[in-house]
Amino acid sequence: MIEVNNITKTYESGENSFQALKGVSFTIKDGEFVAIMGPSGSGKSTLMHILGCLDTPTSGTYHLDGKDVSTMSDDELADIRRDNIGFVFQSFNLLPRTTVLRNVTLPLIYANQDPEKREREARQALLSAGLDEKYFSHKSNQLSGGQIQRVAIARALVNNPTMILADEPTGNLDSRTGEIVLGTFQHLNETLGRTVVLITHEPDVAEHADRIIVIRDGLVVSDAANHKKRKASLSPKDANNT
Amino acid sequence: MTTNDILHETYGALTANKVRTGLTMLGIIIGISSVIALVAIGNGAQSSIQSSIQSIGSNLVMITPGAQRSFGGPAQARGSAQTLTVADGQAIQSQVSNVANVAFDVSAREQVVAGGNNTNTSITGTTPSYTDVRDVEVDDGSFFTDDDVTSSNKVAVIGPTVVTDLFPDGTEPVGQQIRINSSIYTVVGVTVSKGGTGFTNADDVIYVPYTTAQHYLTGNQYLSEIDVSAATANDTTQVQNDVTTLLLSRHNITDPTKADFSILNQSDIIATASSVTGTFTVLLGAVAGISLLVGGIGIMNMMLTTVTERTREIGLRKAIGAKKSDINTQFLIESIMLTFTGGVIGVIIGWGISAIVSSLGIVQTTVTASSILLAFGVSAFIGVVFGYYPARRAANLNPIEALRFE
Ligand SMILES: Nc1ncnc2c1ncn2[C@@H]1O[C@H](COP(=O)(O)OP(=O)(O)OP(=O)(O)O)[C@@H](O)[C@H]1O
Ligand SMILES: [Mg+2]
Repeated sequence: MIEVNNITKTYESGENSFQALKGVSFTIKDGEFVAIMGPSGSGKSTLMHILGCLDTPTSGTYHLDGKDVSTMSDDELADIRRDNIGFVFQSFNLLPRTTVLRNVTLPLIYANQDPEKREREARQALLSAGLDEKYFSHKSNQLSGGQIQRVAIARALVNNPTMILADEPTGNLDSRTGEIVLGTFQHLNETLGRTVVLITHEPDVAEHADRIIVIRDGLVVSDAANHKKRKASLSPKDANNT
Repeated sequence: MTTNDILHETYGALTANKVRTGLTMLGIIIGISSVIALVAIGNGAQSSIQSSIQSIGSNLVMITPGAQRSFGGPAQARGSAQTLTVADGQAIQSQVSNVANVAFDVSAREQVVAGGNNTNTSITGTTPSYTDVRDVEVDDGSFFTDDDVTSSNKVAVIGPTVVTDLFPDGTEPVGQQIRINSSIYTVVGVTVSKGGTGFTNADDVIYVPYTTAQHYLTGNQYLSEIDVSAATANDTTQVQNDVTTLLLSRHNITDPTKADFSILNQSDIIATASSVTGTFTVLLGAVAGISLLVGGIGIMNMMLTTVTERTREIGLRKAIGAKKSDINTQFLIESIMLTFTGGVIGVIIGWGISAIVSSLGIVQTTVTASSILLAFGVSAFIGVVFGYYPARRAANLNPIEALRFE
């Protein structure tokens, strides 16, 4: 359960400071599928980083599963990121010159999982993100934008997080692969009960969610249930047969 | 993370960017190997100079004719003045205490012929005591005797270089006749090689009785040098002082600065030489220190310039669940492995260079543990500090700050 209350974020850069979030409040219950929309520069990524415990708000409170995240130590936050959150960055942030498989295994390494199990799970995550097995031993800088995106998604899914946060996960994908990824998120949400929060520009994509939050200039301008929820037409099983 | 995983991550990080890793290691390797090689060469040169001074004799005090070198006036060539006599030498032997032996020396340079071969070499007219005073050993045959000296016999003891020059076909030299300045001499002995190192080649010489040399070669009654060996090393100064007093009074000179001879003692030469070679070693050490510094700056530079890329990497690792301690351990081990591997290669190369210098016969080098420790310690320190410290700082940023780092 995510509870944010009047959070603000001010970026200080030299003399000028910029307030990217101006007081945002909402609650996301466990098992919800929420889409966050808004124009470029409205503060979506900033908000997502705070939700993902990657950054801290300038003011306001953030409770995750009842615990106040803003008072936690760096290492406690690292544990939460490792065990509870799967994060897909807008700019994917894979380790360069490192194989796809290793990139996806890394969260499990930090979680001290045993080598055989973690390799199996990493392969499974990559397949369910729709990446063909032949790319597993490629270096991350030898992949296309869409393939990188799928590796980033696989890395977010690999530790079975209770909460998946994805910043424009379908931005670089063709519509077919985009459908597969959305199908994966819906599967995780509906079958496994995971909380999913995703950022998107496209209303089409947002319509796969149960609820849509719209942000503009650092403020929530609308927060409503999505009554015409769309079902993804493809699932990961369709990924490898063309 | 298990140790295995940490090592795997470290190995992966080091091999991921081979050029960067290679260049960083190169800095370490150059720094370490140059320190080790240069210090080894310096030490080797020092001990080789010292042993070649030791090889000229034991507890030696050398008296040569001619004034002491003084600033201002033109210096005479050593040994060219005619002031030292056989009587001076005998007086030293009988009147100065703690004198073990006295040898006379009449030097000349002559063309020497044997069969069809000839060589130009130095002739030393001396006494049998020379073997004792100047540590000359005879290998084949024997040194000439006091009787040969008394009778001015034309006998010669030749050095190994002369043997190869005059008897290149391997003829047994002892018993052969050689011609020096139109007189025929019989070879009675060959000296043991002292090695070609040192200021002059002690093997390229012919010894004849000094009386013979005076009579047939120089044509006068003077000596080119008197060599006195003191009973012990501690006596050399006293012997030097007593010889000075004795010769001044024998030559009727009251002002010691006007002495018509000069006197040198072996301990002084050794002391002077070691202060020279000491300076030399310090100089080499300074050059080596500069290479270590340059190498160190190279390491710092590589470590610091990669910090942007590495900061993003650290941000990413933290974002997916790495703790500060995971990051710190990885980067610490990474810089230790880097400096250690570079250090070991550097030690091997430095050692190799020293061995090559030795085997080429330039100078017998000695690699010292202290230079290895110093070189290794300095570069390991620089490597670890500049590899670990920026990583530690980056690990304290939150993941987003680290990922945005420029
Ligand atoms: N580190 C930073 N320092 C200063 N300003 C920043 C920083 N990060 C973001 N901003 C500013 O905050 C605002 C919100 O940025 P954010 O990345 O959250 O936008 P966004 O909604 O994700 O946009 P997009 O859809 O283009 O990704 C932008 O105006 C941006 O310029
Ligand atoms: Mg964004």
